[in-house]
Amino acid sequence: MTPLLEIKNLKMDFGKNADALRAVDGVSLAVGTGETVCLVGESGCGKTVTALSIARLVPTPPANYVGGEILLNGQDVLKMSNGELRSIRGGVVSYVFQEPGASLNPVFRIGNQIKESLKLHRPEKATNEEVIRLLKLVGIPAPESRIRNYPFEMSGGMQQRVMIAMALASEPKLLVADEPTTALDVTIQAQILDLLSELKQRLGMAILLITHNLGIVGDMADRVAVMYAGQIVELSPAKELLRRPLHPYTKALMASVPKLRGDADRLSAIPGNVPRIGNFPPGCRFAPRCVMARPECSNAIPELVEVEAGRFVRCPFWKTS
Amino acid sequence: MWSYLFKRLLHMIPLLLGVSLLTFLLMALSPGNYFTALLQNPQISPDTVARLKAQFHLDRPWYVQYVYWLENVLRGNFGYSMAYHIPATSLIFQRLWNTFLLSFSALIIAWGVAVPLGIWAAVKKDSWVDRACSLFAFVGLSVPDVLLSLLALWFAAATGWFPVGGAQSPLYDFLSPAQQLWDRTHHLILPAIVLAASDLAGIMRRMRSCLLDTLRAEYVTAARARGLGEGWVVYKHALRNAINPLLTIFGYSLAALLSGAFIVENIMAWPGLGRLTMEAFFAKDSYLVVDCVVMATGLLVIGNFVADLLLAWSDPRIRLK
Repeated sequence: MTPLLEIKNLKMDFGKNADALRAVDGVSLAVGTGETVCLVGESGCGKTVTALSIARLVPTPPANYVGGEILLNGQDVLKMSNGELRSIRGGVVSYVFQEPGASLNPVFRIGNQIKESLKLHRPEKATNEEVIRLLKLVGIPAPESRIRNYPFEMSGGMQQRVMIAMALASEPKLLVADEPTTALDVTIQAQILDLLSELKQRLGMAILLITHNLGIVGDMADRVAVMYAGQIVELSPAKELLRRPLHPYTKALMASVPKLRGDADRLSAIPGNVPRIGNFPPGCRFAPRCVMARPECSNAIPELVEVEAGRFVRCPFWKTS
Repeated sequence: MWSYLFKRLLHMIPLLLGVSLLTFLLMALSPGNYFTALLQNPQISPDTVARLKAQFHLDRPWYVQYVYWLENVLRGNFGYSMAYHIPATSLIFQRLWNTFLLSFSALIIAWGVAVPLGIWAAVKKDSWVDRACSLFAFVGLSVPDVLLSLLALWFAAATGWFPVGGAQSPLYDFLSPAQQLWDRTHHLILPAIVLAASDLAGIMRRMRSCLLDTLRAEYVTAARARGLGEGWVVYKHALRNAINPLLTIFGYSLAALLSGAFIVENIMAWPGLGRLTMEAFFAKDSYLVVDCVVMATGLLVIGNFVADLLLAWSDPRIRLK
């Protein structure tokens, strides 16, 4: 069975020719129907542009796709015409972004913004009743009166619920949530994540959840892809990854999640900084920050290899680590 | 909303009082008055001049003059023009209408050309259209009103396509209504274009940068992600937000037009308020000067008021606060 989304060896540059900076370097990732996949990585590792590429939302130029395919329902997004792109945007894949306040248009009432999606993808359902049903679905109290609110009249959590309602309005098969809880406080974060899992169960959608927070991976994900400097370094079922991370970078990430019980006074951190795009070290890109790096790590970029069933690692020395 | 309107109108009163008081003071500080010149004439006895001065209260201190003036204005009487020998009221309102006509036409030309051009330049950023608009704006911003007025006069005289100065032809009263309308329009075109030109460039640059800013906004990406067409995204979602900062400069634009009109009217012999102010000032026709300044201030305040109303109408965040 072909997966709902299959990204194959995607390569994307910013800029052209001599000035080209490789932001996504050979990323392969699949999301099956009804599956939740988490894409984890630090800021600037290329996870957001990868996610936006699924509906080709990165403006070209400056972006420039140099290789690979993005198969959505078996069709290559990179080869689609503008008309085809418009029909998959919302129709097959919907987005929820990081800043709900910035993602809602400030001058239109939220009811009308949701209705706009309905008109486009389900014109027969573009009614106030359907908008109210969607707002109820995402747990907004008193939706009948909220429908006439402007975005600035709502709290951040409510705004994110509106964004989710808007994403659901077109009944997508895949929901891409790009750090949907980063801008919210912790209790609201938990509510939004619960809402997403619940909706996934009820509607049977697949979710691609992008986050830099390993803490939420365990609750949400079936599988996890860890990205570092434009490449996937580890891809694994979520439970196994959390129980036994294989790549040194994943290990370091796990070690820096603060623990509830423990006697450590300081949070452990990964030494050094994320390499800047266009300034990647030779060979393994994590080597300069890796506690177990060897001289030969800088010779060639290691391949992403399946080392156990369903577990892929980009580090030849994973066993010894 | 209504109480806000009422408050804004109340604010006009102290402003107009202050402006008129200051104008009176400045006129009083400058040496001589309208009748000083008459004293040079051996055929007019000093007694007659003294009598005339007393008739216009010019023998009293300036603040007493001010009180007389204010008292009359409150009764709807703007005093008497010593130079024209007619009540200032009839003179002023005719000239005010001409200035309003000129500024309003210039306003329509400037905004009607600048806004579409700015949008075009933003949408086609870095294309030849954008570059041509930039060059045009650079020239428009650099050439002073005075030079442009002189060039326009030269153009009118050299080609004979437009009348050189004035608001209507000498035979105006003998024309049919349709011919009268054409005659006025024909006189209006050139001064209005000259006046519009300087403002146009600034508005265009502003429109371009505002639209470029909003096109980078997250809600624009979010709108694209829902599958909206590019035209809809630009003209509904982005433009609707880009127009707000422009509405705030609408008030300034009006101020710039009024002061620009001052120069254009004097050079191109347009019988408006600016020219009247100038003539009255040189003739030391003091009441007329104050009337003119107060009228121009009133026009400006009303313009700013209209700009605020437009902004409140356009932006719900301002309307509801």
